[in-house]
Order: sequence, then C-alpha cells, then structure tokens
Amino acid sequence: MAKKVVKTKPKLAVWKFASCDGCQLSLLDCEDELLAVADAIEIANFLEASRAVVKGPYDLSLVEGSVTTPHDAERIQQVRRESRYLVTIGACATAGGIQALRNFADVKQYTSIVYPTPQYIQTLKKSTPITDHVFVDYELRGCPINKMQLVEVISAFLNGRKPNIAPNSVCMECKRRGTVCVMTAYGTPCLGPVTHAGCGAICPSYDRGCYGCYGPKETPNTTSLSEWWNAKLGVKNEDILRAYRGFNAYSDAFRRQSESYEK
Amino acid sequence: MKSEKKIKTTAPKVSAKAQSASAAPAKPKQKLSQLRVDYLARVEGEGGMIVKLKGDTVTDVKVRIFEPPRFFEAFLRGRRFTEAPDITARICGICPIAYEMSAVHAMEDACGVHVTGPLRELRRLIYCGEWIESHVLHIFMLHAPDFLGYEDAIQLARDHGDLVKMALKLKKIGNDIVTFVGGREIHPINVRVGGFYKTPRKKDFAELEEKLKWARDAALKSVKFAATLPFPDFEQDYEFVALRHPDEYAFNEGRIVSNRGIDIPIREYEDHFQEEHVEHSNALHSRIKKRGAFFVGPNARYSLNFDKLPPLAQDAAKEAGLGPTCTNPFMSIIIRCVETVYACDEALRIIEQYEQPDRPCIDVQPRSATGFGCTEAPRGILYHRYRIDNNGLILDAKIVPPTAQNLKIMESDLANFVPKFLHLPQDKLTWQCEQALRNYDPCISCATHFLKLQIERE
Repeated sequence: MAKKVVKTKPKLAVWKFASCDGCQLSLLDCEDELLAVADAIEIANFLEASRAVVKGPYDLSLVEGSVTTPHDAERIQQVRRESRYLVTIGACATAGGIQALRNFADVKQYTSIVYPTPQYIQTLKKSTPITDHVFVDYELRGCPINKMQLVEVISAFLNGRKPNIAPNSVCMECKRRGTVCVMTAYGTPCLGPVTHAGCGAICPSYDRGCYGCYGPKETPNTTSLSEWWNAKLGVKNEDILRAYRGFNAYSDAFRRQSESYEK
Repeated sequence: MKSEKKIKTTAPKVSAKAQSASAAPAKPKQKLSQLRVDYLARVEGEGGMIVKLKGDTVTDVKVRIFEPPRFFEAFLRGRRFTEAPDITARICGICPIAYEMSAVHAMEDACGVHVTGPLRELRRLIYCGEWIESHVLHIFMLHAPDFLGYEDAIQLARDHGDLVKMALKLKKIGNDIVTFVGGREIHPINVRVGGFYKTPRKKDFAELEEKLKWARDAALKSVKFAATLPFPDFEQDYEFVALRHPDEYAFNEGRIVSNRGIDIPIREYEDHFQEEHVEHSNALHSRIKKRGAFFVGPNARYSLNFDKLPPLAQDAAKEAGLGPTCTNPFMSIIIRCVETVYACDEALRIIEQYEQPDRPCIDVQPRSATGFGCTEAPRGILYHRYRIDNNGLILDAKIVPPTAQNLKIMESDLANFVPKFLHLPQDKLTWQCEQALRNYDPCISCATHFLKLQIERE
C-alpha cells in the first residue's frame, strides 16, 4: 500500500468503560493547555466533550474504565483494532477500579442489594483491567490520574517517545517536596512506601496517610509495610485488609496482600 | 449490528451549518417514526434516548442508561464509616465534593455531632468551588454549543475565542478553590467525617481572593451572555424539589421543600420519595409517592430559594429577564450563570470572614444508628443514608443521585417537546432533543451508580 505524504493532525479518541468520568474530565481540566492540545491534535472521538465523531482508525486511544459487561468485553476488542496506540488512564482501566471489589464477593448478591429487579442487570462476575483483554501500550495510573502526566503521555506518544513518568513510590515525592514522614513522625498509617508516585504526595502534605490511589509501585514490599503497620502502629489485620481493598484492590500486589489477611 | 456499528454510530452527524440555520424552511414532512441517539454526547457517562411516534403522537419515550452498574451500595457494607466520603467520591469525577459532603453529613448525623463555625464555612467554600467548576464546564463546554449550533467548545472557540478563554479561566478558578481546600480538583483528599485533615491559614487565601474578584465579574458577564441565547418556548408545570435553609442559599443543610407542599427534614426523604427499577435503565428512577415525576437542580433550587440570593445575584437574574421562578428548563443555562455569580460572591464572603480554627476536625465516635445526609450537588439534591454499628462499620447504604431523580422528568420533557417541534427536520429535532436532555446536565456515571437519542414512528 502506497503511503500518503499528506500532513494531517494525529487523531485522538477517548473511550469510556465502567468508571466515574473523572480521568477523561482531567483532559477538560487542562484549562491552560486544552486549546493548545486541540491545535496540535484532532480530537476525533471524545463524547464527553463533543457530538462530532470522526471515523477511526485513531493514532492514540485513551481508555478510561474497566470491563464489567459482556458488551464491553467485545467493545474493547474493536477499540484495540481501531487504535495505533492504546493507553489506559486511571485505576479502573489499569486495575479494575473500586468496582473490582465485587471480584472478592458474589456479584449476584451485590446485584440484589442494589437493584430491586436483578434480572434487568447484565454484568460480569469480575471487573477487570483493560490489559486482561487486549494489548495495552502504556498504563497511566491514578484515581484520578494527574492531568500533567496525561499531557506528558499524549505528547510522548505523538512524538514517538516513552513517557517520562517514574514508577517509584510516593515516599520519593514526599522527600522531594520536603514533607515530613507522617508515619515515622506522627504514627499515621501510610501506604506511601508501596504506592506508585504520580499524585505529588498530596495526602501527607495535608497531614494524612497515603491511601493508595495510584496502585502498587514497581517491586512493592507490601508484606514488610503491613508488618510495620501492625507491630509499630497497632493497626488491626482487618484494617490492613481494608487499606489494600481500595481503588486498586485487584492489582496483583494489593490483591495478594489483602488475600493473605482473609484466612 | 454488534460492536463495529456500536462503536462508530455515535452521535448523529449534523453539520454545524445545518444547525445554526435556525430559520430552516420546513421540509416536506418526511414520515418520521423514530428519533434515536445511540450515545448522547456532552454528558457525563453513557446513555441514549429513544422517542417512538404514531402519526404526530408520541407513544413511548425512554432515556436509556447503559452505564454499567458499579454496586457502590453493596461494597460499602462492612467498610468503616470514615471511608464513606473517599469511596463515594468515586461515583462521580465531576461532582466528588457533593458525594463527600452528603456522606460526611450523614455519618455525623448518625454519630450525633454537628460541625459548625469555620469548618462549616470551609465546607461551603469547597462546595462553591465545585459549583463554579461544574457549572462553567456545563454552561460553556457542554450546553452553549447547542444554542449556537456548534458540535463542541473547541469549534465554538474558533469563532468565539475570547469567550471560551474566559470560560476556561473561570472554570479553573473553581478548580483552584477545590484544590486549595481539598488537595486536588478530582476526588479531593482533605474532607473527612468531622471536618478536614488540615485547614488553610488565613494568609494563604490572598492569591485566591484576587482571582475570585475577577471570577465574580466574569460570572456576571456570562449571565449577560446566556441571556442573549435563543430559547425555545417551553414552559412546563413542574414540581420543583430542593433544599431550603432559613439563613442562606442552601448547599449542605436545610429542609427538603417543594412548590407543592413538601416541607420535610432530610431524614423523612424516603417517606415521600421512592425509587423504581425499569428495564431500559441501569439507573433507578425516582418518584414522589402517589404523585410521580419531580425536578431537582438549578431551576428548582432557584425557584424555591430566589429570596435567599444576595442582591448581586438577584439583580443579575432580573437583568437577564428572569423572574423569581423559572419553569423553562432550557433557561437553566442562565440560572447556572446566576448561581456561579452567587458561588463566587459567597466564596469571597467566606474568605473575608475566615479565621483558622484551632483544630481541623472534631472528634466523632461511632454508635449504632442510622444517619441521613442531603446536599445540593450542582445537578440537584444528592441523598445518602447509612446504618452503622457500634464499631463504626457500615451495615447498609442508600444513595440517590440527582440524575436518577430527574430521569422521569427528562422523559416527560421529551414527550412534551417532540410534538411541538415535529415541523423541524429530523436532524435538527434530534439535536434539540439532545439539548432538552442536556438541560439537566445529566450525570450518568452518578445515576448508575446515561445518552443515545432515538425517535421511532409506527
């Protein structure tokens, strides 16, 4: 097939699966950058922002949300086929989200708690991350994502380079901004040592322990942290379990750690 | 059909030109049997609509919600009462403050504590931020393009660059408030049962205060802008429901009132309102018992609380041609602008009078009880009810978001709107139906814990 040498703007698509819309809202929250972004790329499919839809294929697809219905499990395959690069944004798309708490329970029981007529509801037993279904080029973490990291990811993919996003822990961000450790100084339980950086270590700067919005960092030592919480801070096992059962409960590291407290 | 089509057939393709030609000559009447939008754009979440017609009579209207269920009320069981604000915030990325506020008020109600003074004021301040951010997003990015015949705000920006830039700056100031008090704009981290984790120092408000003075003027300009938009003649007889507080335009506290006699404390909500499950929707539909549909959100709030607005906001509304009540849902865009003026003005008042409290929160000890919370999310009242035990574990939870409460009225608006405008070409009528739903700033992610349009003729 002969390649055209016509210069066109790269096409961006934004897809939504089970989620709160917050991560794609991050794009609209880039108030200072939005018009510049819209200048550099063609926003070809972004239903939260526009009723105009340009056909695929797309150069970059941003996928928000987790797969929770039979229809969505089919739809993600189609999205993949239409996308040159597919980047998942947020904890739902990368780890199944808070709705993955069903994965530890009986979804039938859940349906009957919330809906008077459960037979109207079509849902899968598990809420799963996008990578369980299709090849994902890059996963951007967070509940919600950091909008400046989103701009970095868009810019990196459109320029054919790797996003400059560190996989280390929230602790590194606390050190860099000069926040006193809330765990050693005040005895406040904090998931910072095992949690992926990216938020900017907001919670400790507000005198609160990290609660794991960005999911596990690379090589997290969750067992060591949990023992510390228990021995030095007197946190009960049931509360350690709850701490890992948050927005990234179904990520490997957090899931294994929480399950070790279920016996 | 399946996935191929589902993905590509999103909003109907209508050129901006076709839309802006408002005086389009009536075409020879095509035999229209259905109006259908599979995926409604410029709303938060996934939904669609279908309107079925027999001749010129509407036989069926369905606002379809296929946003997948996420089961919040189920997995809240067994969680600590202190976790409810952070968890329920994740129901909606656009109005997380509303969820956090209804949750903390419900938990404090259960535990028998009441937050007052500067902590109460800070809660109002962060709510001002969410109202500004959410309202300005809807006014300029989601709703105004409909009135002016653009597909989106980016297209709008090509012809009205200064207006969109002003809007983005104003929206950002709303987000600045939420970030300043809450730590970040989406899913803020600083709200807790009993107050906050950390309170700001008085002197740190200086920069925000300067920005808010500009914002209040910009909001007044947006009221003037909204007043110039073309509005369809569509006055409806609604039962409006909103919070009402004796001393203020209600955000967090008050009684639930209506223009047809409801005047109840929050804890009696479920005695008067019920939810029902319909097959075409993953969101439950709310109704007033023995009466039916009701309306929550800007028109309701404004019409029930006009006397509680300060003179600045009242005068701006009057100049824009609004009376003390407003029953045209399309004019909600003007009311959102008026409420933005109010939120900027109220934020400035709070900042001016603020004194940092000695402690960022008050102690809250759990006890076996049921607690009720209802606050004014930008889209209308958001109701939470929790039953907790002596250890502070949640036994059960109920959450009724504003969009679920508005679903019935959205369907009845479509049923009443379509017959009046059948002379319009189908693409324009379809677009106007979408707009009629966007009047409610529907947040489908919330409602499911919704939009495609379809009009069908037999």
